[in-house]
Amino acid sequence: MSEKFEPTIIGFTCNWCSYRAADLAGTARVKYPPNVRLVRLMCSGRMDPTFVMKALAGGADGVMITGCHPGECHYIDQNYKALRRFLLLRRTLAGLGIEPGRVKLVWASAAEGVHLAAEITKLVEEIRALGPLDWPTWNGHEEHQPEPALEVTA
Amino acid sequence: MNEYILYPGCSMEGSAKAYNDSLMAIKDTLGIGLHEVEDWNCCGATEYLSINLIPAYSLIARNLAIASKQANSTRTVVAPCSACYLNLSKADYYMDERPTLGQKVNEALAAGGLHYEPGSLEIRHLLEVLVYDVGLDTIKSKVVRPLTGLRVAPYLGCMVPRPDYYNRWSDHEHPTELDEVLKALGAEVIDFPLKTTCCGGHMTQIGPETAYELIRRLVSSADNYQADIMTTVCPMCQMNLDAYQAETNRHFGTHYQMPIVFFTQLMGLAFGMDAKELGFGLEVVSAKKALERIGVELPETQAPKKKVEGLPMPQRRLKKTATPQQEVEA
Amino acid sequence: MSAEEKTPNKKPEKIGVYVCHCGSNIAGIVDVENVAKWAGEELAHKGVVIARDYKFMCSSLGQELIEKDIKEFGLDGVVVAACSPHLHEKTFRTATEKAGLNPYMCELVSIREQVSWVHTDKVAATEKSKAILSGGVHRVLYDEPLQEMKVPINPNTLVVGGGIAGIQAALEIANAGFHVYLVEREPSIGGHMAQFDKTFPTLDCSACILTPRMVEAGTHPNITLLTWSEVESVSGYVGNFNATIRKKARYVNEDLCTGCAVCIEKCPKKIIDDIYEAGLGYRKVVYTPFAQAVPKYPVIDRENCTYFQKGTCKACEKFCPTDAIDFNQEDELFNIEIGNIILATGYDLFDARKVTNYGYGRLANVFNSLEFERLSNAAGPTNGNIVLRDGKTTPKTVGIIHCVGSRDRNFNNYCSTICCMQSLKFAHLVKERTGAEVYEFYIDMRTAAKSYDEFYQRVLEEGTLMVRGKVAEVTDAARQPHEEGKLIIQVEDTFAGKQRRIPVDMVILSNGMEPRSDAKETAKKFGISCSADSWFIEKHPKLDPVSTMTEGVMIAGCASGPKDIPTSVAQGAAAAARVLDKILQKEVALEPIRATVDEIKCSGCRICNNLCPFNAISFIDDLAVTRINPALCQGCGTCVAACPAGAISGTGFSNEQILAQIDGLLMVA
Repeated sequence: MSEKFEPTIIGFTCNWCSYRAADLAGTARVKYPPNVRLVRLMCSGRMDPTFVMKALAGGADGVMITGCHPGECHYIDQNYKALRRFLLLRRTLAGLGIEPGRVKLVWASAAEGVHLAAEITKLVEEIRALGPLDWPTWNGHEEHQPEPALEVTA
Repeated sequence: MNEYILYPGCSMEGSAKAYNDSLMAIKDTLGIGLHEVEDWNCCGATEYLSINLIPAYSLIARNLAIASKQANSTRTVVAPCSACYLNLSKADYYMDERPTLGQKVNEALAAGGLHYEPGSLEIRHLLEVLVYDVGLDTIKSKVVRPLTGLRVAPYLGCMVPRPDYYNRWSDHEHPTELDEVLKALGAEVIDFPLKTTCCGGHMTQIGPETAYELIRRLVSSADNYQADIMTTVCPMCQMNLDAYQAETNRHFGTHYQMPIVFFTQLMGLAFGMDAKELGFGLEVVSAKKALERIGVELPETQAPKKKVEGLPMPQRRLKKTATPQQEVEA
Repeated sequence: MSAEEKTPNKKPEKIGVYVCHCGSNIAGIVDVENVAKWAGEELAHKGVVIARDYKFMCSSLGQELIEKDIKEFGLDGVVVAACSPHLHEKTFRTATEKAGLNPYMCELVSIREQVSWVHTDKVAATEKSKAILSGGVHRVLYDEPLQEMKVPINPNTLVVGGGIAGIQAALEIANAGFHVYLVEREPSIGGHMAQFDKTFPTLDCSACILTPRMVEAGTHPNITLLTWSEVESVSGYVGNFNATIRKKARYVNEDLCTGCAVCIEKCPKKIIDDIYEAGLGYRKVVYTPFAQAVPKYPVIDRENCTYFQKGTCKACEKFCPTDAIDFNQEDELFNIEIGNIILATGYDLFDARKVTNYGYGRLANVFNSLEFERLSNAAGPTNGNIVLRDGKTTPKTVGIIHCVGSRDRNFNNYCSTICCMQSLKFAHLVKERTGAEVYEFYIDMRTAAKSYDEFYQRVLEEGTLMVRGKVAEVTDAARQPHEEGKLIIQVEDTFAGKQRRIPVDMVILSNGMEPRSDAKETAKKFGISCSADSWFIEKHPKLDPVSTMTEGVMIAGCASGPKDIPTSVAQGAAAAARVLDKILQKEVALEPIRATVDEIKCSGCRICNNLCPFNAISFIDDLAVTRINPALCQGCGTCVAACPAGAISGTGFSNEQILAQIDGLLMVA
């Protein structure tokens, strides 16, 4: 009998709201499953779609993107840009064969520790139901190489 | 041409005949087409809903079901009567809000081979259609005999601006739609403070004292503001204030003679139509004096001639004074 | 910043890893020794040369560990796995800096709030901690030794709004010896406070306590008073703002005008004054808003002036003894350079006409609060006589209605803070001047500051009748003979448990405060944000009520929410203190987390241009590239993510750092 599949999920948080929500969940000792590993960004607007691709190609089974509620972004309205990117990204990923349920966007304010924990718990189960992603990479897990310096010929 | 499905309601054929006559008279001028709901039934007025919800709503919804079958180029149902308007709106709104109700009502309708999908029709009151679809500018342009010098108290009644499920009215305490129409007709509009206060409704039957007090408040306020005439959009209000004004006077010892007519009648007058065609003369408290102020002559209302069948009854004669014999139709 | 020849920073080769026990907070769930050991072995190929675990890393001993190791091993990268960076990032970075290593080469990853406090499975928690630590190590390899930017501060300040809060702020800064530009859109400073009669709870005459401040502000050598002026646009950043001011044409030459007011006397045209007199009184077309106006120079209202409209009259010019009238005067546009800005733009009154059942605007004897202030003011249109709209009858009964437009889901949800006290003040004034019977209709009595409740008790003792209930209707439709000719207030008296109809002669509505109608535009102009209600948003509602999220822009007074005069004054002073603190530091340090454009890679597609809410991104036309102002940039990174060419890099949160961190997180299965 194979063991229960434990998904690995990368979560992106914004420094001002959702990361503080995660901290608050910790301070309040709210329990949630350990499958999510968080990356701190300054703002959800920093979300580059390549991060999501990198995470999925690197072995993650799902990605969670979090940020401040619309209208409450510390940088005024950058979370709207994150939302735009997320919607387009999800469609693109679907075209690549990745189920839309694997990438989720969650808004959480700094006071919503419990809410964030609940969303994480929910997402873990959703991805568990979808099964491992095993996105094929042609060279296995490849370490990130920095971009080569640009050569400018006169 | 604005096309609508018309739900007339029972009063239009009876006590509110003037409303019906005047509406039919002005509709062409205003460019609206009215297609009556086929085989419509009574909406149940205000009583049925207090007794049993499912049959009451089914009764109303039958009209909606038939109307939605009829709806082709238009899906708007217009109701001139405020109670009908409210009932139709309620049925459409609550069948959606409360799915169980909607389901049960549709089960009842199914027995008659009918079905109504809530939200599929737009239900509007005649006044609101005239103001927002036809437009005040159009109305103004059709005025050939402005009602200059006629002081009108606009009385909307309580069922039109509230509860306003679809946010159509300008305000829920002091809406201005009726005022604007009257201004477009050239009349002098009273800033009537009780324009949405209840007329007593069916309290005239169940608790007359309450009704008389409510009627008295309305009539005395219009009188205080020196209104020549009151106008309304609801057959119930018109009947209460008109037909029960004498009783009210008797009850309080007052002597009000405040005529109350339907707004469509005033519109017709302003459009230059004949007063009698617009149903003037059918009202109990005569509008004669008010109309004279704008130079409209209204023939004296004749007492209807009684038709006698068979042999005449012995006339009662008191003492030797000859009572004038009532003229009978041979 | 143009494309400097960027020598790629040397990647750290010697990394120190420190795993904290945090007593049993972390160690109770996570096997910290195992994690440290694992890091020393499995991450050695990444450059980890020393991996320790320790009970309390944030203690002085823990920090000394780091400092010692840096010196001893020549570490060029530090990763601490402990609590949240929001708590101790600065602590560890300071320790790193003390040891001579750039503080931005130190990473703190959280295995407490994110692991030990939220998970129960010890094995899973330990594995996750390894992953998080690995993420931190992979990231630190791409950290750069960043330097904070120091920007000089211009000591001048711009105060927008000449009400009591703005005046207070201006005076504080000016008295400290620094220059202030005080910009006010009306012809005189004073704001709403100049319209009031008496102020609660002391019943001080409002003008008497305000005008000395106004005069001080008007004559202060350090204050440039710019009335009848508005701020057109603002650019720049903290310490270095540039504002364009439009000084509207007064058509009066201020150098020649002596304030004799002969022009006002001779002006033949009177119109309704709907600003200062709240629509109850009149003013001439050439006018000063009130007698104690500062400055005293009048203004010609162009829209209503016979000369400007028809080309005739010119009576003011004829009679001016110093030839100060100048019909050819034009608006003046000029720039000022300031270091800080204080917005004290005040409030607007809720339009009581919206509450149709109270009859304001329809029933003659229903007044709103500002109208009543003008009635009661001795310098007002009725010389302080409280009379009905006919201008002569003294009311015998007065009803005062609280919460008009406030605490009401149909209009504004919030409480307007001052209306209860204001209503009680009205009750007192009415009783004192007219002896009338006064009713107060309230929901709750909010008298929560110094001497406020004592004032309430005083008004109670004076015999004011209190009815607790929200008024349903104010009507003139009488039902009974004793109601004829009166305004009837229909209300549910919740204490008596019944409906009451109370006939009164006069109704006063305490309508609430609202943000200025152009608050949203103002906020955008100055780069701050508004709440959904359009009040300016403070940095922190509890601990930082006068700052905004935008460095260098403060707010004070009712612009951020309804408040009374003492609070507005305190906020004006607080904002001034903040500004002085910055001015005295002479320069401000900006966090080095910001974006930079590599101009060689930039193709000029301008996708990023519209993404910045702080106006930090501009397009250089002749080079056809985008450039980012590092002082304006707040470091959100949105443009970094948006650039299709990858030409924008974000220091502190670069692509390399984050991608590496993802790698590290996924290294552990």
